[in-house]
Amino acid sequence: MGNHAISFRDVRKTYPDGTTAVDDLSLDVPEGSLTVFVGPSGCGKTTSLRMINRMVEPTSGTVEVNGQDVSSVPEARLRRSMGYVMQASGLLPHRTVLENIATVPRLLGRSKRESRERAESLLETIGLDRDLGGRYPSQLSGGQQQRVGVARALAADPPVLLMDEPFSAVDPVVRADLQRELLDLKQRLNKTIVFVTHDMDEAVLLGDRVAVFATGGRLAQYAPPEQVLRAPADQFVSDFVGRDRGFRALSFDSHEVALSGVLSRNHEGETTVLGGSEATGGWTLEVDAAGRPVGWLAPGESDGADTSAHRVGGSLYRPGGSLRSALDAALSSPSGLAVAVDDSGRVRGVLRPQDVLAAIEQARGARS
Amino acid sequence: MTWLPDNVDLVLRLTGTHLFQSVLPVVLGLLISIPLARLAAGSRWVRPLMVNGAALLYTIPSLTLFVVLPVVLGTRITSIVNVIVALTIYVVAILVRSCTDAFRSVDRSVLQAATAMGHTPWQRFWAVELPLAVPVMLAGVRTAVVANISMVSVGAVIGIQSLGTLFTDGLRRGIAEEILVGVVVTVVLAVGLDQILRLTGLVLTRWQRPGGRAGGRAGGRRRDPRGGRSDSAGTAGTGPAPDTTAGRIAATGGGA
Amino acid sequence: MNLLAGTWQWLVDPANWSGAGAIPSRILEHLAYSGIVMVVAVVVAVPLGLLVGHTGRGSGAVIGVSGALRALPTLGLLTLFSLLMGLGLVPPLLALVILAVPPILTATYAGVAEVSPQVKDAAKAQGMTPLQVLTRVEMPLALPVAMGGIRNAALQVIATATVAAYINLGGLGRYLIDGLAVRDYSRMLGSVLLVAVLALAIDAVLAALQRALTSPGIRASPAGAH
Repeated sequence: MGNHAISFRDVRKTYPDGTTAVDDLSLDVPEGSLTVFVGPSGCGKTTSLRMINRMVEPTSGTVEVNGQDVSSVPEARLRRSMGYVMQASGLLPHRTVLENIATVPRLLGRSKRESRERAESLLETIGLDRDLGGRYPSQLSGGQQQRVGVARALAADPPVLLMDEPFSAVDPVVRADLQRELLDLKQRLNKTIVFVTHDMDEAVLLGDRVAVFATGGRLAQYAPPEQVLRAPADQFVSDFVGRDRGFRALSFDSHEVALSGVLSRNHEGETTVLGGSEATGGWTLEVDAAGRPVGWLAPGESDGADTSAHRVGGSLYRPGGSLRSALDAALSSPSGLAVAVDDSGRVRGVLRPQDVLAAIEQARGARS
Repeated sequence: MTWLPDNVDLVLRLTGTHLFQSVLPVVLGLLISIPLARLAAGSRWVRPLMVNGAALLYTIPSLTLFVVLPVVLGTRITSIVNVIVALTIYVVAILVRSCTDAFRSVDRSVLQAATAMGHTPWQRFWAVELPLAVPVMLAGVRTAVVANISMVSVGAVIGIQSLGTLFTDGLRRGIAEEILVGVVVTVVLAVGLDQILRLTGLVLTRWQRPGGRAGGRAGGRRRDPRGGRSDSAGTAGTGPAPDTTAGRIAATGGGA
Repeated sequence: MNLLAGTWQWLVDPANWSGAGAIPSRILEHLAYSGIVMVVAVVVAVPLGLLVGHTGRGSGAVIGVSGALRALPTLGLLTLFSLLMGLGLVPPLLALVILAVPPILTATYAGVAEVSPQVKDAAKAQGMTPLQVLTRVEMPLALPVAMGGIRNAALQVIATATVAAYINLGGLGRYLIDGLAVRDYSRMLGSVLLVAVLALAIDAVLAALQRALTSPGIRASPAGAH
């Protein structure tokens, strides 16, 4: 991460009524990174983002993109060189999906045909059906609109992508999909992305680096997400990160956890012990024909052939995953044992809670 | 300035009949429109019927009605009854639309809360729906009043007495002053009535402005503060008859 | 009901449908007056409405002036202008332009001003210049509302152009005024029915034009949706 794609130098934004939106911001965004600006509403995170493409002009200080002061570039040209995704998609309601995606290439003077082809290929990139290309924004779901918004931002293949709370208006399930797809896009496209959110979980999930803004437009901490969780710079960051930060920081630890064996029963009623010596305390794990977990049978229930008695299992743990997922898998399991599966979903054994805690302890020891 | 002093009585008499011909249709039209609009607002298939029907009525020129109505009603062609019935029809055309918008602008959750508290439908209408619909409704009423004041004078062309008589008489006798007096009095009537309605609206919608701007809920549509425009179709109160809501068909009266 | 019979006779009498001063030529005159008025009004009001809607400056003045113009009685202006300016087309057409400007102006302004701020913001952020935002975003989105104002103005102009005959001009109002002079109610009734049909026909044409010009993407959701 040698080069800085975007640099804020002593940037300040005050409004005529005396309020300070951004207070003396200096910050470098490394090239090719995903940097998240996070903070409560009114903390200046969106204002800072909008100063990068001159949607807002700083009162003092400079913003540089690739070493060039943005105020020296004509507004329209500067904005065409960056993708911009906003909260309420902001699609043009009178234009079709393809026409919307083709907006910037057309503004840049590319031919209708070329722009259209580019737009069509982008539909695929963002995982939308080609048939949707002829629809109008009002005919799309909120999640689809956001995807089109992302495609539009990518259309001219800009090196910088600015995203202003792009996923905050969609429901949690769709949001999780969009977040996963963004990480995937980032891997493939190598863009410098600045992402604004008020959701700390989203910031931790997506960010290579997280800039926590405090009320009054002050940059409280700028660090990798793990560090923000483990070592908040001040009381504000600590409060903002919230009560579960210790637990959430486990997302960044992956340490080997000892596997134990488990008594399992398949659909034909045959029982075997999987993954070493049994440690299940009377619980039986129900598995399907391929050896994938189905649910748990409490002690004493395993005699009958009726499999409908089983209890739904908890989350699953894949060896090599984070300690947070290991702990969660144990805590959410009716038997108290986390089921470990391999990549094809087959049961490899179980984790006992005490083994997960031991691993957490070891990971802590290894860090300090 | 020689005509006016000699004709004050005439001007006053014509002003009186002019006012009568413009205001009575608004009252009648409102009484007809409110139940129709309430019906339209609550029903998915009555609404387009009613709104489109109103738009169609509105395309009929007023002079056409002034001449057709005597045939239908059996009145003399110079009777003011023709004007009153014709203008009532226009007022209904304007108000069915804006009253429907008005009822639809009322927050549904407020209505549900009123029902949940034990209002009967009839009580809910008088205590909640109607008062909350006033701001948008008032915009339509103001439009209708200003339109009527202008339209009434057209009747003078076929001999119906109103301030318009000053225009036809002034032209025939070549007295510019007479026409000018007619124009000025007409404008004063329009602006005066509009202001009275605006102030009435302020009194009726005090709930809407507790701290100045908190009441955007029921008034009109809410706007993003970045838009920077004054809110609410009905209560903005800048000049006569602001009509963003009713503006689709009803920007002003139907002319001749 | 021999008035209706007489009206029907007048409407279908072939003598009324050919030659100078016959119904077709009166319709053409009527359309010509209305057309000239509408062109002038659109040229004046639409750019002004776009400007005010786009910049947001002067909106109070636009609403105030439109309101004041609306309060002016067209018949009063018509008679006053012709008395002061003499005969000819200019006085009545000027009066009709004053009638047509307010609805077009306020509707154009409202159409532009009602475009969602988010959409404008997004268009700007994609790199559109202010002129591009106006022509590619605000104008197409304002079109249905602005066309509503134009249709409204056209209805009023066609209806009110009838009165032009009162100051010795042509158009369908000719029959009304001449019929009144000789108490020929059949002719009066026939002429006002023709005006109504003309108004409906023009409105239908403009409605079709509006539909053709409006993007299907915004047809379903009118700008005034609550």
